[in-house]
Amino acid sequence: MGFEQILFWLLAIGAIVTSALVVLPPSGKNPLYGALFLIVSFFFMSGVYILLFAHTMAILQILVYAGAIMVLFTFVIMLLNLTKKEIGDETRTVAKALGIVAVGVLGVKTILMVDSQSVAIIAQPIPAGFGGVDAIADLLFKNYLIPFELTGLLLFVAVIGAVVLAKRTL
Amino acid sequence: MLNTLADAGVNHAIPLHWFLIVAIILFAIGSAGVLARRNALTVLMSVEIMLNAVNLVFLAFARQWGDMHGHVMTFFVIAVAAAEAAIGLALVLGIFRHRKNVNLDEMNALKN
Repeated sequence: MGFEQILFWLLAIGAIVTSALVVLPPSGKNPLYGALFLIVSFFFMSGVYILLFAHTMAILQILVYAGAIMVLFTFVIMLLNLTKKEIGDETRTVAKALGIVAVGVLGVKTILMVDSQSVAIIAQPIPAGFGGVDAIADLLFKNYLIPFELTGLLLFVAVIGAVVLAKRTL
Repeated sequence: MLNTLADAGVNHAIPLHWFLIVAIILFAIGSAGVLARRNALTVLMSVEIMLNAVNLVFLAFARQWGDMHGHVMTFFVIAVAAAEAAIGLALVLGIFRHRKNVNLDEMNALKN
């Protein structure tokens, strides 16, 4: 295995383990542990993005996800300062167990369905400047101008909605 | 430096299906979290894991095709995730204020 492949598996296994720790019960007792594991997971994921020549997206991942969204999460978790009673019980029902089994079966089945031969055929050479800010800005401001502006509108609506929802009295 | 590596033709050192397998595992972890956990904050974080898995697939296929449109889609997913997190957390905050609880099983005011 080459250097890149070893690096990929280190980053991927790191991302999977930290994501699993977000979901597993020990961090569910206090969601703050889950939030911190999720930040670590986002850093691993951005490493994987760099291996995909998506360096701009890797930086955005750290800036927006690990920087902005997760700060919001940790802020809210610390603001709520939940006690054990407020978090409530994690019920163990048959339906829930069946759901997890179904997700597991679906995951294994999909992994088995990934055909390494047929997906490798479509490999195209990577053009110069791939994944850079220039190329993304070119697409965003030419092909995707209207969706891009609508994204701004969406964030604006989301901010107003969040303020209205979280305000004590309007 | 990465672009010079790409120009030298070593761009497909990592096969595409490895990325897909990692994305599937992450998506399965996220959806298991959504199904099994009853803490609203943990469920929101599981949704973020699922969005991340989808981003990984977009970027993997963007590299495979040598086509940047997947990066733009990832950009939009990140923007929507930011909006979703803000609204979701505001909702959790509002519900907690009224019911002193963040357990999804208790959020049944519309039931019956």
